[in-house]
Amino acid sequence: MSAAADSAIVVEGLTRKFGAFTAVDNVSFEIGRGDIFGFLGPNGSGKSTVIRMLCGLLRPTTGTALLDGIDVRRDPESIKQRIGYTSQKFSLYEDLTVDENVMFFGRIYGLKNRRLKERRDAVIGLVGIGDYAGRLAGQLSGGWKQRLAVACALLHEPNIIFLDEPTAGIDPVARRDLWDLLFKLSSAGTTLFVTTHYMDEAERCTDVGYIYLSKLIVCGQPKTLKALPEVTPGGHRRLEVECEESRQALERLRGVDGIADATLFGQNIHLLARDDITEADIRGELERGGIGAREIRQIEPSLEDVFVMLTRRHAGTPRKR
Amino acid sequence: MNMFRGFWAVIYKEMIQVRRDPSTRFVFLIPLFQMIIFGYAIDMDVQHIATVVCDMDQSVESRLIVAQMANTRTFDITGEVASERDIRRQIVAGTAKVGIIIPGDYGAKLLRGEQATVQVLVDGSDSSVANNAVQTSRGVGMLQSLQRAGVSGQLLPVDVRQRVLFNPDLISANFYVPALVGIILQIVTVFLTAFAIVRERERGTLEQLSVTPVSRSALILGKLVPYAIIGMIQTIFVLLLMRCLFGVVIEGDVFLLLALSVLFLLPALAMGILISTIAFNQAEAMQMGMLIMLPSILLSGFAFPRETMPLPIYALSFGIPVTYYVQILRGIILRGAGLWALWPQTLALAGFAVVLVVASSVRFQKRIG
Repeated sequence: MSAAADSAIVVEGLTRKFGAFTAVDNVSFEIGRGDIFGFLGPNGSGKSTVIRMLCGLLRPTTGTALLDGIDVRRDPESIKQRIGYTSQKFSLYEDLTVDENVMFFGRIYGLKNRRLKERRDAVIGLVGIGDYAGRLAGQLSGGWKQRLAVACALLHEPNIIFLDEPTAGIDPVARRDLWDLLFKLSSAGTTLFVTTHYMDEAERCTDVGYIYLSKLIVCGQPKTLKALPEVTPGGHRRLEVECEESRQALERLRGVDGIADATLFGQNIHLLARDDITEADIRGELERGGIGAREIRQIEPSLEDVFVMLTRRHAGTPRKR
Repeated sequence: MNMFRGFWAVIYKEMIQVRRDPSTRFVFLIPLFQMIIFGYAIDMDVQHIATVVCDMDQSVESRLIVAQMANTRTFDITGEVASERDIRRQIVAGTAKVGIIIPGDYGAKLLRGEQATVQVLVDGSDSSVANNAVQTSRGVGMLQSLQRAGVSGQLLPVDVRQRVLFNPDLISANFYVPALVGIILQIVTVFLTAFAIVRERERGTLEQLSVTPVSRSALILGKLVPYAIIGMIQTIFVLLLMRCLFGVVIEGDVFLLLALSVLFLLPALAMGILISTIAFNQAEAMQMGMLIMLPSILLSGFAFPRETMPLPIYALSFGIPVTYYVQILRGIILRGAGLWALWPQTLALAGFAVVLVVASSVRFQKRIG
């Protein structure tokens, strides 16, 4: 086992079956201390099952997971003292105030008296929810609820925090504030395991993993993933076309031989084109449709491109274990 | 691993929630309401049965027997009709439950010393009403016959003297109200505890608790204790209502009654926990609660005597904890019974407590997957 001393989480061959269905299939990855690990994948692909196994809520069928060097199968209870967890759905007590929620979880984690008050003040200060301390949790907006959840997950100073879709359904300002908070925690040495559907959030992570149909398809730093040869196949490059009538333009370009993929991104079109398709070829094709191209430039693949390409490759060659 | 880690935190949290929960006020409204319904509205003594008379004789003799029927207070003569068809119509319509038909030759036959006939039509759809009507009318007929035979003035060969011990006036409220304490306690404890945990599952807070080091027993006990306290306050409240509203005096030892009530709370609360480990949401918990509720009310001897039940159902009633508690309540409150008389029931409750508490703790899984 290559459990490096500076790894917060080491997962090897993690598998979970529910009857005949394999929810998580032979997943392996490693997360370093203080990293922000972005865990992506469509709904039902096995994200939550992985998190539940790592938190000791669900026993793996096979495989191992070490958190802080502790095996989740062997000692799920002592792991609970080292991790924090905020679930996808708000799961604190809506009929308790912010302060009562924090105090309750503090006591649950075994904090007492002075220490309890110190920690409460610390986490409330850190997430900046002090002004709402006396308000019922159920009356908070989505963004503040998430911060409260993070506050409660931080009380016992865990080394690792799991956040299951922390930004789903909250407004952009709250989303940015929450990420600022996550960066603050990360720079203080806390390891963060975040699931999300937002690609821009994935770009902010130090590492990302993409799970699809129960299998971890790819895992690594965003920069490394974008450079993968499967993402931009040999003899191809990625282009961005800025033009009018982008919808019609998309239709035309999809019909061109040598253009492997064309996708709309806002007003622009992203192409995966063979090297022999020149800029002039594209302009020519568009002009035949009466469409003027403003600008064509080469771009590097986005994380979304990475996931799309790898998902297609994966779906094209189904493997059964 | 500390077995009771988080116990006080859970109790404290639960107390705040109970205090803030708007449905808490029903905790006292429900028993009050049930007390009034069972105590006042449900009168199991059958009296004042609507009765119509078809007197085709209109003689002194016929009027005498109608008056005797009315004097029993079992029958309320609500009208006179002309024919048997009218009686049947009224019974079908539900305006009368009993019809008395006196044939035109009734008085004449009696005077001639022949056997005269009075026909009583009874609506059998409500069996207890019908039974009462049949027996009372038979009694009236017997009395008439004795008088006619001229034996009424003499001493009857056998004299059965009835003396009713406890509840001498045979007021049915006195019988139902003490047992009502058990039913109310059962409802409150089973539903409140079942909801208390299912609610956490439904809202996702149980999942949050599962990733904390709170222990399973601390969670269960921390939830039980506040509801046990509510249950005890209710018991005392209902006993006070019983004393003040219905004037039922506790004949036996109040402290024994309270101690055995605590013993009953254990299996009742554990049943609630058991439900909450099976049900996924509050609607399901509600249905399962009803499944326990109905036998508790119908088979425990609270509403109907168990002795008259068919054997399989009678056997089933031994598996219901509230059966024993109802016996304890009636024993202590009405008959002043002590532990010397109630030890079998006490042992049974203790047995249920052990089995159900163990079963619910085992079933209550901290892992939610």
